[in-house]
Amino acid sequence: MSAVPITPEPTEITEPAVTEAVDAALAAIAAAGDSTALRAARAAHAAEASPLAKLNALMRTVPNNQKAAAGKLVGQARAQVGQALTAREAEILAAEAEARLKAEAVDVTAAASTWQAGARHPISLLQDRIADVFVGMGWEIAEGPELESEWFNFDALNFDEDHPARAMQDTFFTEPTSAHLVLRTHTSPVQLRALLSRELPVYVVAPGRVYRTDELDATHTPVFHQTEGIAIDKGLTMAHLRGTLDHFVKSLFGDEATVRLRPNYFPFTEPSAELDFWHPTFKGGARWIEWGGCGMVNANVLRSAGIDPEVYSGFAFGVGIDRALMFRNDVKDMHDIVEGDIRFSQQYGMAV
Amino acid sequence: MRVPLSWLGEYVDLEPGTTPEDVHAALVSVGLEEEEIHRFDLSGPIVVGEVLEFTEEPQSNGKTIRWCQVRVAPEGAEAAADGGPAVHGIVCGAANFFVGDKVAVTLPGSVLPGPFPIAARKTYGHVSDGMIASARELGLGDEHDGILRLATLGLDPEVGTDAISLLGLDDAAVEVNVTPDRGYAFSIRGIAREYSHATGVSFRDPALAVAPIVSGEIFPVTIDDQAPIRGRTGASVFVTRVVRGVDATRPSPAWLISRLKLAGIRSISLIVDITNYVMLELGQPAHGYDLDKLTGGITVRRARVGEELVTLDDVTRTLNAEDLLITDESGPIGLAGVMGGASTEISDITTNVLVEAANFDPVSIARAARRHKLPSEASKRFERGVDPAVAVVAAARVVQLLVELAGGEADDLGSLHDATPDATAIDLPTGFISRLIGLEYTAEEVRTSLAEIGATLEVTTDGLAVTPPSWRPDLTDKWTLAEEVARIVGYDRIPSVLPVAPPGRGLTLSQQLRRTVANTLAATGHTEVLAYPFVSETANNRFGAASVSPGADVPQIKVANPLDGEAPYLRTSILPGLLQIAHRNRSRGLTDLAIFELGLVFRPEVGFEYGSAIVPPGAERPSDELLAELNAGIPPQPLSLGVVLTGNTVHHQPGQPAIAASWQDALAAVQQIAVASGMQIEVRQGSHQAMHPGRTAELFVTTDAGSEIVGYAGELLPAFAHEHDLPGVVAVAEINLTAVFDRAGAGIIAKPIGTMPAATQDLSLVVPVDVPAGDVRAGVAEGGGELLEHVELVDDYRGHGVGEGQKSLTFALRFRAPDRTLTAAEASDAKLAGVAVAAERFDATIRE
Repeated sequence: MSAVPITPEPTEITEPAVTEAVDAALAAIAAAGDSTALRAARAAHAAEASPLAKLNALMRTVPNNQKAAAGKLVGQARAQVGQALTAREAEILAAEAEARLKAEAVDVTAAASTWQAGARHPISLLQDRIADVFVGMGWEIAEGPELESEWFNFDALNFDEDHPARAMQDTFFTEPTSAHLVLRTHTSPVQLRALLSRELPVYVVAPGRVYRTDELDATHTPVFHQTEGIAIDKGLTMAHLRGTLDHFVKSLFGDEATVRLRPNYFPFTEPSAELDFWHPTFKGGARWIEWGGCGMVNANVLRSAGIDPEVYSGFAFGVGIDRALMFRNDVKDMHDIVEGDIRFSQQYGMAV
Repeated sequence: MRVPLSWLGEYVDLEPGTTPEDVHAALVSVGLEEEEIHRFDLSGPIVVGEVLEFTEEPQSNGKTIRWCQVRVAPEGAEAAADGGPAVHGIVCGAANFFVGDKVAVTLPGSVLPGPFPIAARKTYGHVSDGMIASARELGLGDEHDGILRLATLGLDPEVGTDAISLLGLDDAAVEVNVTPDRGYAFSIRGIAREYSHATGVSFRDPALAVAPIVSGEIFPVTIDDQAPIRGRTGASVFVTRVVRGVDATRPSPAWLISRLKLAGIRSISLIVDITNYVMLELGQPAHGYDLDKLTGGITVRRARVGEELVTLDDVTRTLNAEDLLITDESGPIGLAGVMGGASTEISDITTNVLVEAANFDPVSIARAARRHKLPSEASKRFERGVDPAVAVVAAARVVQLLVELAGGEADDLGSLHDATPDATAIDLPTGFISRLIGLEYTAEEVRTSLAEIGATLEVTTDGLAVTPPSWRPDLTDKWTLAEEVARIVGYDRIPSVLPVAPPGRGLTLSQQLRRTVANTLAATGHTEVLAYPFVSETANNRFGAASVSPGADVPQIKVANPLDGEAPYLRTSILPGLLQIAHRNRSRGLTDLAIFELGLVFRPEVGFEYGSAIVPPGAERPSDELLAELNAGIPPQPLSLGVVLTGNTVHHQPGQPAIAASWQDALAAVQQIAVASGMQIEVRQGSHQAMHPGRTAELFVTTDAGSEIVGYAGELLPAFAHEHDLPGVVAVAEINLTAVFDRAGAGIIAKPIGTMPAATQDLSLVVPVDVPAGDVRAGVAEGGGELLEHVELVDDYRGHGVGEGQKSLTFALRFRAPDRTLTAAEASDAKLAGVAVAAERFDATIRE
């Protein structure tokens, strides 16, 4: 067994001794691969028991006339080692940080979530949008019951008692029928409610559910949605009706939408018109779409609300929301709107 | 209404080349909505052929065919219309024709409706070079007992003649939708007039083309209406005419059959075809009686109780006292304006015909047609109003055609009853129409438009006195005249002017809250759905009330004419609909569900009779009392929110186990909307018959008058979940939002926000297990006083170290003083004050 070579303790500051100590220190620092190794290198070559420290301790033995030179020699050596340590430490920290971040990488496409997606129903969203268009014009939103008195649903709206729409085949009546309650067949009764409860002038829209005894199929449903509008003021004209509808369809369907009025008949308006609008970009190509009825409020409807038709005039319109959703968003089957399959609503999220 | 173009062209000049689409476009512009276009859908060459000879050839399948030689080109011509020989060999399966008969031959290259292309083909050992057509194959009628012999239509055309135009098969009809106010447009006459309005071409009124006949001898007719409906006599006009010596067996001419066919009416027999033709032409339903089957004169009266009538369709109908009848001395012979009776029906042996053209009251006819479920071509016209002045013309026109086509002779026996009231003039002030429409019409435009529709005008001091034409009973006031002028000039000329509404106040608070609630639920993972509000009685009894006494029902409203007999009631709760939708989603493989609906529920109160016995008339404002009565009769319909959760709220993912929906999610939904909309909805232990007895929270709001229950949240009774095929836990919540919103918006009084350091401490209290944690927390908060800023339950521990029947509740407490840093001792004192309240109320002890 051979003896371990032991570096003899330096006894004086010599250039070879300093150089040897620095070389050894720099070699150890360069070889340090991580923080632990660097800590060991620092202890061995820069701490108190290190050769350089010991050389430094010999300074007191250096004669005064040589102190400056020896001090410079040792000082520079220690500074050189210190800089090497700092530099290597920065390198190791950076490498270690990088390695840590690399190790922390995840598959972002496999994120677990503790929340689930919800959605509004597009019919409600569309009704909200329509309401916003009119609120923006200064109109207000009016409401009324779905189970309604026959007077509000028919008589007050100038439906003759023998009008075919009052027959059992269109209207849901409730028992006993002698109580004259119906599930409203349109949102028009809200017109009367608004006129009876508000100060003139009145500018309101009424979104809501309506009922007809149609069996559910691809284009019909017994329960559907309308938005009704009515404006009663002094001097309102059919030109104002067209202006309002123009603004409405442009707001909802884009600036390219245009309105066409076609003569038609409704008991509660005179003159009456069918509201068609044309849109160049709908699926299936540009075409006229029948969207609802409108006209100047019939003088008898004003009289039902105690308003003098010689003084006031106004217009009303009613549009189908389900139908609007169908042609606006290319919904092909009414079943999708009414069945409550969550996949349908979830296509829309919170915006329509 | 279907309008054959050839017919329309008799009363207005159609530009050559006018297509059905052109006619549609013109009619749409004046308010007749386009429907379909009807055509015979065939193409030639189809020509007149003459059967030169045939041989009968029995076949092994039992049939006998005829191998015919048919000349299909005119005398002297070498080639036929298909380029083939002048004589074609054709195999024919029919046996109803003779040598020398003229027939319609479909030559190779022609196409019959189907489409059924004709080509030369090998059959029964011959090459059949075309086909001899039956009336049905041509689309002319239902006759298929053999081929069409042109002689049966009274035709003897030259061989080779184009049979398509000969038979009127080149005609087309446009169908338009006639609105209920325009009865006159249920005639070619009315449509032609509208076409002239739309295009400006002149109109020749067919009603002026026939001279009304003046009767000599009077046929006895009595109008005896003892029970007018709504004050209107059943018949205001009643015209009869007699034609003798008709040959009822004569064929209807081809032009008549093809026009009827295009108009949607089947050819029946010459006399019936003539009355139908006149109805289409003039809009006046007319009826022919076999005069020899009549007993005495005619009386128009209401039915008597128990009377019966066999109508033309051979159905025995029990009559109603409101039914208007045509009777003779034998009893009822017709249901006026709806359908004739079988006893006086025209038949092949009829020789003498009594023609009737009458004007019946629209309401009377509409009710009868509905009552007997007999919507006929006649009732459809009477319901909408027939021109009272045209009855006498129509009777004369029927007589004219019976003479021309059926060989009859007009008799001067007849009658005329006319009690039509004189038309009254409508005052039309100058400028009214321009003011209403918002477009300056010239005086000339107004006058011309009104004159065009047939009104007579008289200038008055402030405008015009306008007398509408007899065929426009819908023109009753100046507003209806405004529509006429606006549509004749054109709706497209009305300008677009956006009116400026007075400043509005935006959405009401409850309208805003409704949106906030829906948006919040959607943002927290719930999906909005919209269910039909029709449910079963069982569903309402379960969900419509927290409890009902045994055998009692939840008050609910039944639909008198439901579409679904299983669900005839209006919902008292949102939940049954949501559970059904949950089931539907599940059956489509969507198992993790959090769904909600905001909608009205129908909540009648016990013992209250809703509705109103009478309905006030329209066109006048009911008294305040009557309006109040109508409104009080409308059952309460609060806005309700329902939430249903089932399956997992968080599904199984890498590093994340699934979390199943539970009662807590239902409560979370309630808390989410409460927080989002600034409403205070409090929770306490409760019970509901549809819910798990140990997992039900009662939701309430505190008011000055105490607390009001506004809903429930928790777990659905497992048995009900099972009934809906929903496995596992189903969490539900329902809140009456109307009740909550009514109390919203009281205004928040802002508290100062303290900025001094907070002191936090934990507190564990041991209480009996049945003490609700919420109550303990409330006690601690109350005792902790002003310094205790926040209390949160962080643990509920039972088991080792805590006595049997006890639980340890740990609360995290946060203390703060507004003006100084609290010492630990001050915080501890406040905590102990809270403990003291809990100790007093619930025997709570601090867990060491």
